Amino acid sequence: MASDKVTILTDGTFEQTINAGTPVLVDFWAEWCGPCRRLAPTVEELANDYNGKVVVAKMNVDENPSTPMRFSIRGIPTLLLFKGGQLVEQVVGLADKDSLKKMLDKHVA
Amino acid sequence: MSRNVIIIGSGPAGLTSALYTARANLKPLVIEGLDAGGQLMLTTLVENWPGHKDGVMGPDLITEMRAQAERFGAEIVRGNVVSVDLQSRPFRVTMSDGAHECETLIIATGATARLLGLPSERPLLGHGVSTCATCDGYFFRGKPIAVIGGGDTAMEEALYLTRFASHVTVIHRRDTLRASKVMQDKAFANPKITFEWNTEVEEMTDVAKGEVDGIRIRNSKTGEVKTIPVEGIFVAIGHTPNTSLFSGRLEMDANGYLITHSGSKTNIPGVFACGDVQDHIYRQAITAAGSGCMAAIDAEKYLEGVPQHIGEVQEEMRS
Repeated sequence: MASDKVTILTDGTFEQTINAGTPVLVDFWAEWCGPCRRLAPTVEELANDYNGKVVVAKMNVDENPSTPMRFSIRGIPTLLLFKGGQLVEQVVGLADKDSLKKMLDKHVA
Repeated sequence: MSRNVIIIGSGPAGLTSALYTARANLKPLVIEGLDAGGQLMLTTLVENWPGHKDGVMGPDLITEMRAQAERFGAEIVRGNVVSVDLQSRPFRVTMSDGAHECETLIIATGATARLLGLPSERPLLGHGVSTCATCDGYFFRGKPIAVIGGGDTAMEEALYLTRFASHVTVIHRRDTLRASKVMQDKAFANPKITFEWNTEVEEMTDVAKGEVDGIRIRNSKTGEVKTIPVEGIFVAIGHTPNTSLFSGRLEMDANGYLITHSGSKTNIPGVFACGDVQDHIYRQAITAAGSGCMAAIDAEKYLEGVPQHIGEVQEEMRS
C-alpha cells in the first residue's frame, strides 16, 4: 500500500516535520475539492517512489487553518516543498507525476 | 497490440464515447488526462442534465458515467498523453510511461479556463486568483471578492461564492451579460452581488506581498480608474481548447478548436473529435455527451469499413 507512506500533518506537527532534515512535500487538500482527489493517487505514488528521500505529507486545510494562512494558500490543491525548513518550491493546481518528479529530483541529492 | 479505439479525455464526451464503443464491444482504452472528469468536476449542482429533476452534482454525474462505461468493458487509465502520431497507421499515442497503438482515435480533451494574461495574474494564482469557485471559494469566508466575466460560468461562480464571500463584485467589459436569462435573474436578485459594467481589469495587487489585496479596474466609457479592495479574484472569461497535441496535424479554427464535419470526423480519417474541444458554441454537458455518442458511432462505422452511403444503398436494394 502506498498510502501508509504519506504522513498526515497538522498545524501542531507541521513545524517539527519540515525542520527534521529530510525534504518535505506537503499536499494541502480538502474533502470537497475535486482536483485534490484527482491529485491524491499521484501524491501517494510519489510517497512510495521517494520513500526515505522525501517525506510526503498531506494537510487537510479544513482541519488545519493556520498553516495554509501562513503561506497565503488560497487555492487547492497546492503542493509546497520544504528543504531545511525553508520553502523551496510551490505548485498550484493539478500537476502530472513527471513534472513533480523533476521538481523533487532538483532537491534530492 | 493495436486497439480498436483510444479515447483521450474523460469528461462527459469521452465517457459517453467510451460507453458506446464499449457496448459495441470495441474494448476502448480511455486516457483520463490531467483534469480527469473534465469541467464537471469543478461544478456543484447541475440542473440541466435531463433525467435528474432535482439536479445532480457534477462530480457524482462523472462518477456514474465512469462506472457505466467500465461496466461494459471500457478500460480507463490515469495519465496524460505527451504526443500523438497521426501519420502512421495504426495511430500511436504516447504517454510518459509507454505508448499505445489504435485504429481509431477519439479526441475529447475538452477546454481549460482561460486567464486574462496580466503579468500579476500568474504569480497570484493560488494566492487569491482562481479559476475554480468550488475549489477555492472556501478560503474567502467573510471576505470581499471579484468575479471577472459575464457568461453563465461567471454568474454561476458569483452565485456560488456568495455562500462564502461578504460581497461579490462582477466585473464585465460590456454593458450586458452573455449569461442565460435564468442565471442573470438569479445574479441580479442576489443582494451580495454588484456589477461593474464596461470595465476592464488593469492590474491585480499585490504581487510583492504574495496575496491578492485589490483589483485595479478601468471603465472604458468614462475612463475612470479605481481600485477595489478584494481578497479573491475569480476569472471566468471563457475557455481555451486543449489541442496543442494536434497542432499542424488536425484542422482547427482561429481559436484552436478542432473542426469537425459530417458528425464528428476530423480531416484525418479514423480520427474523431467530440465535446468542448470542437465546440465553442453550446459547451454543455449534454451536448458534449451527445457528440461523444456521435464520435463512438462514427468510429464504429469506420472500423466496420463500410462507408455510410454504401450501407444506405444496400438498404434500398433490399427493400
